[in-house]
This record gives sequence, structure tokens and C-alpha cells, in this order.
Amino acid sequence: MIELDHVSFWYHGRESPVLDDISLSIGDGELVLLAGRTGAGKSTLLGTLNGLVPHFTGGHLDGEVSVDGVTTRSRPPREFAHLVGLVGQDPLAGFVTDTVEEELAYGMEQLGLPAQVMRRRVEETLDLLGIAELRRRPLRALSGGQQQRVAIGSVLTTHPRVLVLDEPTSALDPTAAEDVLATLARLVEDLGTTVILAEHRMERVIPFADRLLYTPGDGSVVDGPPPEVLRDMPITPPIVSLGRLAGWTPLPMTVRDARRRAPSLLAALAEPPPRPPLAPSPRLTASGVVVRYGPTVAVRGVDVELHGGTVLAMMGRNGSGKSSLLWALQGSGPRQGGTVQVAGKDPKDLPSAEARALVGLVPQTASDLLYLDTVADECRAADTESEASPGTCRALLDRLTPGIDSRAHPRDLSEGQRLALVLAVQLSATPGVLLLDEPTRGLDYTAKATLARIITALTSQGRAVVVATHDVEFVATVADHVAIMAEGEIVATGPTAEIIAGSPAFAPQTTKILGAPWLTVDDVRAALREPAR
Amino acid sequence: MLARYFLPRDLHPGAWWVWALGLAVAASRTTNPWLLLTILAVACYVVIARRADAPWAMAFRLYLYLGAFIVAMRVLFRFVFGGAEGSTIILALPEIPLPAWAAGIRLLGDVSAESLLGGLYDGLRLATMVVCLGAANALANPKRLLKAMPPALYEVGTAVVVALSVFPQLAESVLRVRRARTLRGGATGRRFRALHAIIIPVLEDALDRSLRLAASMDSRGYGRAGRVAARARLATGALMIVGLIGVCVGVYATLDGSTPRFLAAPVLVAGLVVALVGFRLAGRRVHRTRYRPDRWRAPEIVVATSGVAVAVAFFATSGVNPTNLNPSLVVLSWPLLSWPPLLGAAVGLVPAVLSPIPEPVTA
Repeated sequence: MIELDHVSFWYHGRESPVLDDISLSIGDGELVLLAGRTGAGKSTLLGTLNGLVPHFTGGHLDGEVSVDGVTTRSRPPREFAHLVGLVGQDPLAGFVTDTVEEELAYGMEQLGLPAQVMRRRVEETLDLLGIAELRRRPLRALSGGQQQRVAIGSVLTTHPRVLVLDEPTSALDPTAAEDVLATLARLVEDLGTTVILAEHRMERVIPFADRLLYTPGDGSVVDGPPPEVLRDMPITPPIVSLGRLAGWTPLPMTVRDARRRAPSLLAALAEPPPRPPLAPSPRLTASGVVVRYGPTVAVRGVDVELHGGTVLAMMGRNGSGKSSLLWALQGSGPRQGGTVQVAGKDPKDLPSAEARALVGLVPQTASDLLYLDTVADECRAADTESEASPGTCRALLDRLTPGIDSRAHPRDLSEGQRLALVLAVQLSATPGVLLLDEPTRGLDYTAKATLARIITALTSQGRAVVVATHDVEFVATVADHVAIMAEGEIVATGPTAEIIAGSPAFAPQTTKILGAPWLTVDDVRAALREPAR
Repeated sequence: MLARYFLPRDLHPGAWWVWALGLAVAASRTTNPWLLLTILAVACYVVIARRADAPWAMAFRLYLYLGAFIVAMRVLFRFVFGGAEGSTIILALPEIPLPAWAAGIRLLGDVSAESLLGGLYDGLRLATMVVCLGAANALANPKRLLKAMPPALYEVGTAVVVALSVFPQLAESVLRVRRARTLRGGATGRRFRALHAIIIPVLEDALDRSLRLAASMDSRGYGRAGRVAARARLATGALMIVGLIGVCVGVYATLDGSTPRFLAAPVLVAGLVVALVGFRLAGRRVHRTRYRPDRWRAPEIVVATSGVAVAVAFFATSGVNPTNLNPSLVVLSWPLLSWPPLLGAAVGLVPAVLSPIPEPVTA
């Protein structure tokens, strides 16, 4: 179905190729997972499949990419619309029309399909993706998972032979992500569509994947069945790390597989290390916080206590009020009721410069905070804004992520580096409480591990950290406490092990395999080291 | 049959536009405040009876505010820039002397009831026309109207739709970035710097978004159909432009009674024909289809006809009895109201009863 024949690709002005002499052949009806670090060429590889690379992006492509026998060399991407359906990272940015039904029909209108066929396919697709009740809704009013399903549907209506998805679940809560992936699995099963998807959080996709492509970052691609490729991959999902740790061969690919072999590992484990108890003094106390936007209530009288040296993870589906609560705690967001006390003061009553010295917030789109041309300028501006001594921000940045070029433009940094820069900017004001809204979005395993290290370092300095995230594995790694929000209320709160281990949606893979209280592979490793006790 | 006629659905946007333009044309023919208020009431009533539960429909209020603003400005101008035409001086303000080069402009001074009334009538007429257009906007989804354009204008329509959707997004990102600014200590320092800090991220965001949209449209087949020889394209373009100019001239001549008559109907018809031929030619090269296009059915015809009927009624009565349509400003008197134009305006109410209600958004 898809043939890549000695494909190499350079962006203009770069010396090293993004893709270097890649030959691949992907058959009909395969589900292929593409993994690799950020910036290792995943999106570029996906873009070559319908000619967006190089027709749209520019750059130089050597070799030949052909889909169903048609080469991308001679034709622009639009001539592949009936063959390849491409779904981008941010579905909202790709929507052309404004209601669900029209969006589903858009591609077919471009192909000039007869009205009868369009009507039928729209109805079929609505049912296939389970979005029939949304048909007349405006696209902007949908939740993230619904938008992603509409985006998939909008390319499915042209009946493409190949479906290409770039991180379809990165912005979704665990349940919505499962829904989208189940939909994809069903497409492969029922329609025989070839599906190729790039995904950072591989753990959810591996059970479905027939084949794994890994881009190490040097322009090459490692290709093979998932167990083989995963054996030597430096970035791995927890299930594989656990398998390697326990020395299981072949590596388990599904939780069920792993669970069957779990008893032998459990027998070798000591008691799990106790997590440290709560520090006594609260850094931030909030009670009865209410946030509303007109008639919609975002936060419904929430009480929060943040303690120095601990990490609280906020979880809950999109739109459950996590962001609104964080903004209200920081004092910049609206807050209609309740009190917030940090060091005896309410940050809402303070000027913003003083409020950020008490509570720092890194918003969901962290890059909104950056507006200068170089990293050095940003750091200098941050020092002035925080009235810190010159060089404070740069020193912080070097501690967080060493080796970022001062002359680089903030937009040219990788997702993880940019997050580190924003963190450094916010930390230069030395806030005692730090709130992070969806910091793991777009980060690969390595960048996430770095972020986890940074957060641990911050708490060891006595700061209180809050992380709002969908990423259960990340929560299992860093959080001491978890609060789950729904409908603007905190529905459950307590130690991490207690809260996420018990829930089928939020349990991390290690817990699914070994049961509570095991949360992360690191916990297991630590317990293995002291076998004789 | 009747049950089917009243099935809830969105009418063809063109029908609402014809209806609203009919009312607006009628309003343009009169300065009689009673008639203008009647037309306003008709437009408001129909909007309230038939608007959908959608954001563009909620914007109708803004048009009412705009109308009130227009009337207020018109009257205010008569105070400020002299309104002494007429004999009934009701307010004597001191006149501000202006230098000789500003001859012909008067600041303040005597204000007469006649000129104030003139301003009021004139403002009311303009306000009514604006509100009529607002009514069309509230009743018909503007984007659906663009979709209903002839295939030849498809590219233009898409460009407009995309541009329209950029504005709410821009507003959204300005808000987001401004909130983010406060996280960095807010707008400390010079104003320019603070502005810079908002504009740069917003523009970057907008550019990013449009690139991603373009990529998405390209990979979904936009612009796939229709490659046409340059000469044919030139010919169709020329036909369309000449035709549209003809239509403009014709419409102007029809509405303005003082232009020579041969510029009215003949030029209008000729222009229409030329433009239609152009559209036909341009449309023939388009191999695109439309999903569930809006169709003209009986309700559309009823709605459009009622609007046209209002306009016709006003044209007809202006031939018979012009003084009632344009009350005299020389001799002050209560404007009179006669039955024919009043009944004519009332025909505009027909859609409030004889059209199906719009389909609810959340099914």
C-alpha cells in the first residue's frame, strides 16, 4: 500500500537530513505505530505520505514515496485526498467549517461526490464513530475527545485507504484517549484501513499495533514487530521497562500477558517503600473557591491545602475545572467566592508582580509567556520583572536543562526546552507555590523524566507543586497526592496510591500488572534491590 | 402537505435576505416616522418569532443599538452644525464664529424644530434600513449564505469564511495572552513593551493556525478540481465584472428617481444577463458538489414574496400619494398615515406565521 524507496529529506539550510535513506513497505490493513523522541522526524515522515512534505513544507526530498502505486513526486497533496487521510495534532486548527455534519462532508465536496453518496457516508461515519448525537453541534463547543473523533471522521468520509494520525491522543484525558484508540482499532478490523500513527504515550497503542517504527533521531528508522523493536529501544512504556527489569522474554505487550507472569516477580519483591507523610505546615490554603463564567460554573466551592515539599496532581476530564481552579489559586483568574491564603495574604488582592512571587503558574500554552527574540533576552526580561539579580533566570535555566543556546529563538526550542525556559522565568520570582497546567503535553519520555526530576528538586527546596495533567504514568512518578475533579468539584482526594490505584481509568500500567500499591517501575526496582530482608 | 410545509428547518438564507432587502428598500422610500416605526416593529417581530438559537442571531440587539446611535447622532448634528432652516426656532444657542475659510459651516446657533425633525426622520430612515439588514443577519446564518453562492464564487466564499472564523480566534488568543502576561508580572514598564508582549505571541499563534489550516485544507483536497486555460478565465472574469457594474448602475438608477430612466431597468437587466453568463461559464469548470444544499421550496417563496410585496407597495403608493410617505418639513404638522402603505408594511409580517421554525441546534 505504502512504499518508501530510499527516501531522504532535508529542510533548507540544515546540514543533517531529517530522514536518511529510508526504505519501507507497509501493507494493506496494518496498524503501524511510529515512536521516537520529539524532533526525531516523526511528523516529517508522516507528512511525506501524502506529499505535504515537501510540497507544502519546502525542503528537498530524495527517493520515492508512493501510495497505492501513485508517487507523491508528481502530484500535490490534494490529489491524494481520496487515498490518504491525514489528521493533525490539534484537530481544531484543521477544521474548515463550523458544524460537525458540514465538517464530515467537506472532503467529499472537494472530491465532487454525488449528493446521495455524501448523505449516506455522513450517516455511516456518524454511527461508526459514535458521534451521531453531535451532528448539528458547533465544532468549537465539543470536548477534546469529540473533536478528535470528528477530525478522524472528516477524513474517513472520503474512504481513504490509509489513515495517518499525528499524536491523536496527546491532549485527551485517559478515557477519551481509550475511546479514540478503540475507534482506530475498529477501523483496521472492520474496514481494512491502513493506520499509521505517531504517539508519545506508546503504552496505550502497543497492544493494537502490528508493527513498530522507531526513529532514533539520526534520520534512520528501526522497523519490526513491537516486541523486537522495543527490546532495544531507549524510550519504553512502563510495561516494557517492567518486563526488562524482571527479565521476561519475550517481552509482554499487553497488560494481560504481563499479569500472568506477575506472581513470580511479586514474590521477589520486598515491601514497597513507604511514601513520606504530609509536611505539617500548609503553604497555601484555599476554601470555598467558586469560579463561574456567566451561567456556567467552572469551580463549585473547592477546598485545597497545599503543603511545602509535596506534589499534588489534579486529574479529571477536559473541562472539569482544573485550569480555572489553578488560575483562581494564582489570583490572576476570576474568582467569585471563597478565600485563598498564601503567607497570610490573598494573591488576588496583590498587584500581579507580588502575586507571582507567592504563587507561580505555568499556563497550558506555556509559549504565551514568551515574546522576545532570544533566550538571553527572555532571561534578562525575567530578571527585571522579578527584581532578581541579573543572571538569576539563566542560572535557573541551566540547572533545569543545561546547554540551551542563549542566542536561540524561543520558538526554535524543543517543547521540553521551552517548558524549562518558562519554568525558569516563573521561578526567578522565587514563588513558594508552583502551579503547572498540563506540563506534559507534547513531551516525550525523556523530557518527561527531566520534568519529573525538576519537580522533585523543587519540592526538596520546600516548595509546594501542583500539576494538572491527564498523564497517569507521570502522576504515578511525581505526585504525593492526587485530587480528581469532576463538574467543578473535587470528587476524590488522597495519597496517590490510594486514589489512582483503585480506579480503572486512572491506574498506571505497573499497578494494573502488579496491583496496589505498586505505582512505578522505579518503585519496583527499588524494592528488588534489597531482596534479602 | 401542510405538516411538511411547517417541518422545522432552516430556510434558504437567500429568502430571508430578499425579505429583509424588501423591507429596507421600502424604508428607503419614506421618511414618515409612523411607517418607519411600523417597518421596524415588523422586522423585530419576525426576528423574535423565527431566529435560531445561535450566536449570530443573538447579535440582532447590536443592530438595534446601532440604529439608536444613528438616530441620536443625526439629531445631535443638527444641534451642533446649525439647524436653522425653518421658522420655528425652539432653542437659541450662541453661535461660535468661524474664520472666513470655513464659510458654509456653522457651529451651534439657532435650532429650529423643522431641522430637528428633518434630522430625526432621516436618522430613523437610515436606522430602519440598518435594522432590516441586521434582521437578515439574525435570521440567516451568514456562512450558509456564502455556501449558497454560485460555484464560481466558491474560492472567494471559502476565503471569507476562513477570515470570519479568524476573528473570534484572535480575540480568544488576545485574552489568553493578556492573562498570561499578568503571570509574568503584568504590564510593567513602557506601554509599547506591554503591547509588544501581547501582539507577538498572538500573531505567532494566528500564523501557526493558518498554516495548519492550509495544510489541512490541502490534504483534504481543497482546490483539487478545476484547472482552466488562462484565456477562458480572463473572459469569465471580464464578463462577471462588466455585468456586476451594470447591475450596480441599474440598481442606483432604479432607486434614485432623478437619473435618466434608460439607465434604470434596461441597464439592470443587461447587467444581470451578462453577469449570469459569466457565472455560468465560471461554474462549468467546477467539479465540486454540495452536501445538503439549501433549496427553494414553498416557504422560501412565501418569505421572499412578502418582502418584495412590501417594497412594491411603497413604490406604488409613492406614485399615488407622495406626501404621506415624505411628510412636509416646511409646514409643521403631525405626519399623516394612510392605509395603503401601512397595510403594505404589514405584509412583511407574513413570515412570522407562514414559515417553519428553525431547527434547534442541540438535537
